[in-house]
Amino acid sequence: MSVTPPFDEMHNADGSIRDPYLILDEWLKEQPPQALSLMRSDAESLFRRLGITFAVYGSNEGTEKLIPFDIIPRIISAKEWRRLSKGIEQRVRALNAFLHDIYHRQEILKAGRVPERLILNNSAFCPEMMGLDPARGVYSHIIGVDIVRVGPDDFYVLEDNLRTPSGVSYMLENREAMLQLAPELFQRLKVAPVETYPETLRRTMESVAPANAPGSPNLVVLTPGIHNSAYFEHSFLADQMGAELCEGQDLFVENGKVYMRTTTGPERVDVIYRRIDDDFLDPLTFRPDSMLGVPGLFDAYRAGNVTLVNAPGTGIADDKAVYTYVPQIIEFYLGEKALLKNVPTYNCTNDEERAYVLEHLEELVVKEVHGSGGYGMLVGPASTRQMREEFRKKILARPDNYIVQPTLALSTCPTFVDRGIAPRHVDLRPYVLVGDDVRITPGGLTRVALKKGSLVVNSSQGGGTKDTWVLED
Amino acid sequence: MLGRTAQNLFWLSRYIERAENMARMFEVGYRMSLTSRREGSASEHLISMMQAAEVEEGFSRKHKQADVNAVAHYMIFDEENPSSVRSCLLAARTNARSVRTALTIEMWESINAAWLEFAEIRPRDVTGARLQELLGWIKQVSHTYRGALLSTFLRDAGYAFSQIGNFVERADNTARILDMKYYVLLPRATLVGGDVDIQQWTMILRAASAHRSYRHVYHDRYKAWNIADYLILRPEMPRSLGFCVSWINRTIDMLEEIYGARTAGHDAADAVTELLEGTTVDRIFEYGLHEFLTEFINRNNRMTDALAESYNFY
Repeated sequence: MSVTPPFDEMHNADGSIRDPYLILDEWLKEQPPQALSLMRSDAESLFRRLGITFAVYGSNEGTEKLIPFDIIPRIISAKEWRRLSKGIEQRVRALNAFLHDIYHRQEILKAGRVPERLILNNSAFCPEMMGLDPARGVYSHIIGVDIVRVGPDDFYVLEDNLRTPSGVSYMLENREAMLQLAPELFQRLKVAPVETYPETLRRTMESVAPANAPGSPNLVVLTPGIHNSAYFEHSFLADQMGAELCEGQDLFVENGKVYMRTTTGPERVDVIYRRIDDDFLDPLTFRPDSMLGVPGLFDAYRAGNVTLVNAPGTGIADDKAVYTYVPQIIEFYLGEKALLKNVPTYNCTNDEERAYVLEHLEELVVKEVHGSGGYGMLVGPASTRQMREEFRKKILARPDNYIVQPTLALSTCPTFVDRGIAPRHVDLRPYVLVGDDVRITPGGLTRVALKKGSLVVNSSQGGGTKDTWVLED
Repeated sequence: MLGRTAQNLFWLSRYIERAENMARMFEVGYRMSLTSRREGSASEHLISMMQAAEVEEGFSRKHKQADVNAVAHYMIFDEENPSSVRSCLLAARTNARSVRTALTIEMWESINAAWLEFAEIRPRDVTGARLQELLGWIKQVSHTYRGALLSTFLRDAGYAFSQIGNFVERADNTARILDMKYYVLLPRATLVGGDVDIQQWTMILRAASAHRSYRHVYHDRYKAWNIADYLILRPEMPRSLGFCVSWINRTIDMLEEIYGARTAGHDAADAVTELLEGTTVDRIFEYGLHEFLTEFINRNNRMTDALAESYNFY
């Protein structure tokens, strides 16, 4: 295990303050002893009152939890952000080009740059999308790229999240909370706004409306309903961009067009931001037992009468096994070298790599190929002998079900915990919108592992969030 | 507007109004049980009150004895009672979550805060003075919500559906509160007009928060005829059937203006109006108060069905 300390985003190695954090540091020193805990409890009651909660599956009705909010913002300089956003833009352009290719001529498979079996036998590959032409050729319109930082200029992409990434409402509400709690900090620092996100989302959705839609297309958000864990976000986004929030039962398809049931009868729908997984979208095309979807929706989509945001089948481009090939994908479509690094990934179906993995489990991170939320994961350096033994057996039994990566020393940010301010590990999910252009909201959602030393930032595993400030020049 | 949104707004307001009225009904039954012992046992009063509130059947299925604690628990906290204050507040909040985008922040916060606060209460802590306090709080929740609605809600179709829901429910409840008189007195009809009778009519005025305003209108002692006139016909009394119905009519006209079309909802509202128009208290008593109220409640229900049909509730 590596002994180099993780990169501290606030402090240099000699203990001095890094530039972006100078003013924050001053401000923190000015705060009287109780001020921060007061701010924290204010923030909590604010979130609870607004109902910014997520439902916990398997618990009683009415049980909704708050994601802990850390009041110390994470700060990124303008220069750091420019670098990062260039890399993100490159990635999403390449991945959209990849999706278009995979669902058309499959040049990249013919060229042998990505193995054919990896795509065509993949459960995330959606044969129904073959030959279909989404508006402007965009497949993934709303993307949340998971990024970790290990050094001043060292950023790695962990996951691309091209399906239905969540969390953007936290980015927006965290900013609202900070504006209320520490307005004076915003006077001293020039923080790039994130409030434009809903308007940009609207603009993005309008730009991919079907050709036969009227000048001002009708946009809706499609939610599985109030019991979904991200329901708050669905209603929040619909509200913020002035779109109708619909459930499957509110929509129907007639003559290849989608309508919603209004008080005055059917009203045509042009663009659907769907927060329902592919499998449940349309019981006639995908899972026949889906009660959440809209029968006939896919046919309307295929006929070009409605746009689905994001398109079905985008999961093939953020599959954990395809992830390994993203640098080649970028080179193939853009002729450029990848600006952001991929985390090296061991393939357990390869005998040599598997042997290495099993020898070094205490240094590595093991993830399930289709896992999420931090479940089904082994973090080697924090694991017990027994846990490693368990994963050894699992990997041997189903080598194709796991990917293995070195443990990254995630950067830390100052975080307000029970014993005061202490460094905690963070990651970052910037949000990208792709329509007539690629637009990245400066900042994103910073997730923080509140437990000392923990590298798992998922809210289901005791993670919290922070407001993320990108400074303007 | 989605038909489902219209429906949710309609029911959201109904549930809030119902929570308030359940608190009012219970309060009356409770006071009667404390002060009208000569007229019957405590449990008889509570049972007639529950009959009027249409929760008595469910109560008897669970409880052998109608004592104050059991009734308070059933009407306020019991999850199995679909009309308990708890069920109403939860249903209101669930409806509100479904249509959050159609509500103002102020409306949402008033409902959400009420539910969060209510969910913290431990039923066994609520007895005696705390019970009175809680009943007051429940009414306050309804006032806060309505205040938020009136001062922040856009005057469009959504407002109309909320208002109709509110006043359909209120009319239903006032009719039931009045009908409670019928249940209370049923076994002792000989006493109609006596002192005791008046004491119970007073309770009914209290349930409608009308025992003081009554004096402003009638400058008279509490009299059965006046009280019935007040709660059924008086246009200036905001809980009277007449007031509720005229408000509903105005709101339905508003919908006609917004949508440019008359619907079956209007006809059903006319049927309710006919029942009240041109009638007098004398005629109502002649016809039978209970019969009159039953007919009113039925026509009121038919109006809900007609609106649901006309505006695509589902």
